[in-house]
Amino acid sequence: MKTCLVVDDSSVVRKIARRILEGLEFEVTEAEDGSKALEICKRQLPDAVLLDWNMPVMDGFEFMGHMRRLPGGDQPKVVFCTTENNVAHIAQALSGGANEYIMKPFDKDIIADKFAEVGLIPVGQAMV
Amino acid sequence: MTPTEYEYLRKFLKDNSGLDLSADKQYLIESRLLPLARKAGLSGIAELVQKLQAGSRQLITDVVEAMTTNETFFFRDKVPFDHFRDTIMPEVIKARAGKRSVRIWCAAGSTGQEPYSLAMCLKEMGAALTGWRVEIIATDLSQEVLEKAKAGVYSQFEVQRGLPIQMLVKYFKQTGETWQINPELRAMIQHRQLNLLHDFSQFGTFDVIFCRNVLIYFDQDTKINIFNRLARQIEPDGFLVLGAAETVVGLTDTFRPIPDRRGLYKPNDPRAAVAKPVLAGAAPRMAVMAGR
Ligand SMILES: C[S@@+](CC[C@H](N)C(=O)[O-])C[C@H]1O[C@@H](n2cnc3c(N)ncnc32)[C@H](O)[C@@H]1O
Repeated sequence: MKTCLVVDDSSVVRKIARRILEGLEFEVTEAEDGSKALEICKRQLPDAVLLDWNMPVMDGFEFMGHMRRLPGGDQPKVVFCTTENNVAHIAQALSGGANEYIMKPFDKDIIADKFAEVGLIPVGQAMV
Repeated sequence: MTPTEYEYLRKFLKDNSGLDLSADKQYLIESRLLPLARKAGLSGIAELVQKLQAGSRQLITDVVEAMTTNETFFFRDKVPFDHFRDTIMPEVIKARAGKRSVRIWCAAGSTGQEPYSLAMCLKEMGAALTGWRVEIIATDLSQEVLEKAKAGVYSQFEVQRGLPIQMLVKYFKQTGETWQINPELRAMIQHRQLNLLHDFSQFGTFDVIFCRNVLIYFDQDTKINIFNRLARQIEPDGFLVLGAAETVVGLTDTFRPIPDRRGLYKPNDPRAAVAKPVLAGAAPRMAVMAGR
């Protein structure tokens, strides 16, 4: 089973994301900010990170920078999931090492499409 | 809705758009046509049917369009676009190296995601097509979706279905909450209104025809008839691409599936098809349909 770390300061968003990801057969862990997420990653890197941008303590972009520098930190697929929906932010995320980018609000279809796009789930699964 | 009204609408839709509704789709008609009737100031389906019978032109168009399913995404199903890049275009580029021109037809392009996905694929091929004349013609029955396709403006939701984020950044411009595809890609596509039930020989012949997720709505005779006419608009070495739930197998031998390339078909000799008895039944039916 693939693992996905959901990083978002809203417990509601984390809950919705968890339900969708478990439906796509991911084992889900949650973190409420970048620094908590980094602690989890230091213990064990997930296959995927669904990552909010604006969070207290450490934001998503900074977290990604730290995580990418961990041993094996280039492996997880990072999918941003944020209300920051302008080209400048998207470009910054991509050049900082993000694999995909979701602009909130999101739903199951968008998550499935984006996860299929980066090879986390087979393309067919995105269609059901 | 009375059974007579339902039967009238069923036949009306079959004649006007090919839509083949089974006997139990009353709910579908009601959910799509009641709002339309209200908007037109009509009391309900009964009055709508009366107006249609009286031949109200605008209403005929509105009803036909309201009953179409326009759902589509960028790079829908992904695989056909991989085939387009890895199988179709390399072969076309070799075969047309002399003329350096390629003609592509998107036969039910809906709101434009499919033709624009093809345009992006072609752009990504870069130098391989430098100096080539590339023509993409996108047609649809519905004027409403054509307008949207022409504008190339999509909601945040739409650009997140099937479109890789790099492509969004590269080929779209953001205006507020919406995203518009770049003028350069828009200029690659000609949008034309076309009912597939009607003659389409005026569009000439194509190297590639995408005809996806539209024939599923039609009955067998209509499918066969359209396949046979598509065969006349395709170059002998061209490609036909169908949707995931569509096939020519068992319907016509004007096309044959390409092994290991799901959804891809090659034309057989079109002259052979004309002699096929299967066309004899379908041909007069077309004459009736074309009389819309
Ligand atoms: C489900 S969409 C498919 C769009 C796209 N090809 C795809 O696969 O995503 C079907 C389209 O076929 C169009 N259509 C339905 N009947 C048609 C007809 N008789 N002639 C031409 N287009 C038709 C509808 O307007 C609609 O936009």
